[in-house]
Amino acid sequence: MTQTHDFPQGLITKIEGRALVLRGDDIDTDRIIPARFLKCVSFEALGAQVFADDRKELDGGHPFDLPAHQGASILVVNDNFGCGSSREHAPQALMRWGIRALIGVSFAEIFYGNCLALGIPCAKASQDQVRALQDAMAQDPSAIWTFDLETSSCSSDRGHWSMEVDPGPRDMLLSGRWDATGQLLSRDAELQSTLDRLPYLNGFCTNTADT
Amino acid sequence: MSSGTLYDKVWDLHRVSELSGGSTQLLIGLHLIHEVTSPQAFVALEDKGLKVRCPERTVATVDHIVPTTNQARPFADPLAEEMLSTLERNCSKHGIVLNGIGSGRQGIVHVIAPELGLTQPGMTVACGDSHTSTHGAFGAIAFGIGTSQVRDVLASQSLAMNKLKVRRLWVDNQLSPGVFAKDLILHVIRSLGVKAGVGHAYEFAGPAIDALSMEERMTLCNMAIEGGARCGYVNPDQTTFDYLEGRPSAPSGDAWQRATRWWRSLASNADAVFDDELRFDAATIAPTVTWGITPGQGIGVDEQVPKPEQLAPADRPIAEEAYRYMDLKPGQAIAGVPVDVCFIGSCTNGRLSDLKAAAAVARGRQVAAGIKAFVVPGSEQVARAAEAEGLDQVFRDAGFEWREPGCSMCLAMNPDRLEGRQISASSSNRNFKGRQGSASGRTLLMSPAMVAAAAVTGHVSDVRLLGV
Repeated sequence: MTQTHDFPQGLITKIEGRALVLRGDDIDTDRIIPARFLKCVSFEALGAQVFADDRKELDGGHPFDLPAHQGASILVVNDNFGCGSSREHAPQALMRWGIRALIGVSFAEIFYGNCLALGIPCAKASQDQVRALQDAMAQDPSAIWTFDLETSSCSSDRGHWSMEVDPGPRDMLLSGRWDATGQLLSRDAELQSTLDRLPYLNGFCTNTADT
Repeated sequence: MSSGTLYDKVWDLHRVSELSGGSTQLLIGLHLIHEVTSPQAFVALEDKGLKVRCPERTVATVDHIVPTTNQARPFADPLAEEMLSTLERNCSKHGIVLNGIGSGRQGIVHVIAPELGLTQPGMTVACGDSHTSTHGAFGAIAFGIGTSQVRDVLASQSLAMNKLKVRRLWVDNQLSPGVFAKDLILHVIRSLGVKAGVGHAYEFAGPAIDALSMEERMTLCNMAIEGGARCGYVNPDQTTFDYLEGRPSAPSGDAWQRATRWWRSLASNADAVFDDELRFDAATIAPTVTWGITPGQGIGVDEQVPKPEQLAPADRPIAEEAYRYMDLKPGQAIAGVPVDVCFIGSCTNGRLSDLKAAAAVARGRQVAAGIKAFVVPGSEQVARAAEAEGLDQVFRDAGFEWREPGCSMCLAMNPDRLEGRQISASSSNRNFKGRQGSASGRTLLMSPAMVAAAAVTGHVSDVRLLGV
């Protein structure tokens, strides 16, 4: 099922929904969205194509294909998720499939930044904690979990786990300022003065003796 | 916390303001764009009614989707054609220089920006492509970004960033004959793993790095991202300046003197403080080949595919996955593994010196029966320079195809791809499952000389034994 509505906007405080467990370290963005699907000038169709090759290989048995997971919004992964290519198509595909929050041991940096730019929090926990959380979630795919950014926790009637959310991104999401464009544009005077003093944009004149 | 490093100096120079949430607004000195990750950014820009803040600091080319056999327009693939025509329209509308096909300047974005002299020491360079780390070879702070960030740079010439830690990788001694920068970086990633660099910039330094050419330094920094480091860099020195002098966008005249003085001052201080430091010995590194499905699964060409018990417990599950996917057995020698396709090219290894090293192996030999071997120059300039030296003929005589510039089979967003279970010897940068265009295709990463050696023998071979 592909969800193409209700993308994150404004204050991101809580994500409530079913959880989807995807096990494995070093899952790269080529696997999340194979390169052939990048031949597009819009992100719209990507939701249906998420993990296309892995899903085909498992012929209906992939977590993103299991009926119990359709409509899930919290994705729980392991270590170094989203490594490799910088393609924002990867979080776009996850978001358009329905994912609104991720929990994992660690995330590749560019992927993490791309998620933040879309209003999707990536929370971290230790390998042991993540495994325990994954086990609890896998036992009952129908359980409703609450990913709570204010308390940095993930809970359901199956238990309560605390997570680590980097303070900067957490603050940006909670205050609705995760879309950086507005903030960046509001400092244009400072930007101009930085441009004016960069040696390589000003004839390499680095001090008064040179000017 | 680091201090006195090139990274600290360049960061401080480009700091615009501190943003709420603790990140820094960092000015981007050079923004490189291409057809894959920019179209949605331009749409988002226009949706917000914004203009490109500094079109003169934005430079475009087309590389990922271009065919390497027939580049006549319109492209046979209508999706590829739509992507290029969208880029052309966006560049024309916003006053951005596009180095298009046939301009003499087109090529892989990480090949052309250096060769045009656009990439210079002390710059911040951003591009919607993870291999932007390449530009760190010049002592620039260069990193890949996603499409929302491409939009931000277009709109504001800046990004919200968090400062990285700085790790120095000190490499003693010299690489042996037949061992290249590609082997060095594959060795580093093999040693540290694919996620060790997360949160870090890698400074490459030491006698082995000092001795590398600019093209070799680009290969090294290019794959910093495969070790998890979003950027890697080398301090600028005379090698850097000699490469830049006379290039179209490099400073000239009095400005050249001022530039080199300033560039020298950017290098990490002798008493710079790094967050940590690791040491390597270049002399002990062999030609290195990946056997698995991450760039960290590499071994010397004279080694065997590791057995699970030789690996750290955390590395065993992905090793098991790799044995199955690659159809290689633990304990099996990597030398002698037959290959189907040999690809020389990419932003990692598609420059003139790469083609020369491969041609030295191919000269006077023949591609083995049943092997498809092809060479894709990284840019139009590389192609013309190689042709002027007769390298195209060396390759053709040996049975390689000589193609037009583009990203080609590195990522298969164009007609060049593996079929079915084919296994490639590839000078590119990623051996992920399905990376080269077939969901079951397999990739062995290695240096261009090693790819040429595989092509002429039909299997993974130690290039040092071919007497080149």
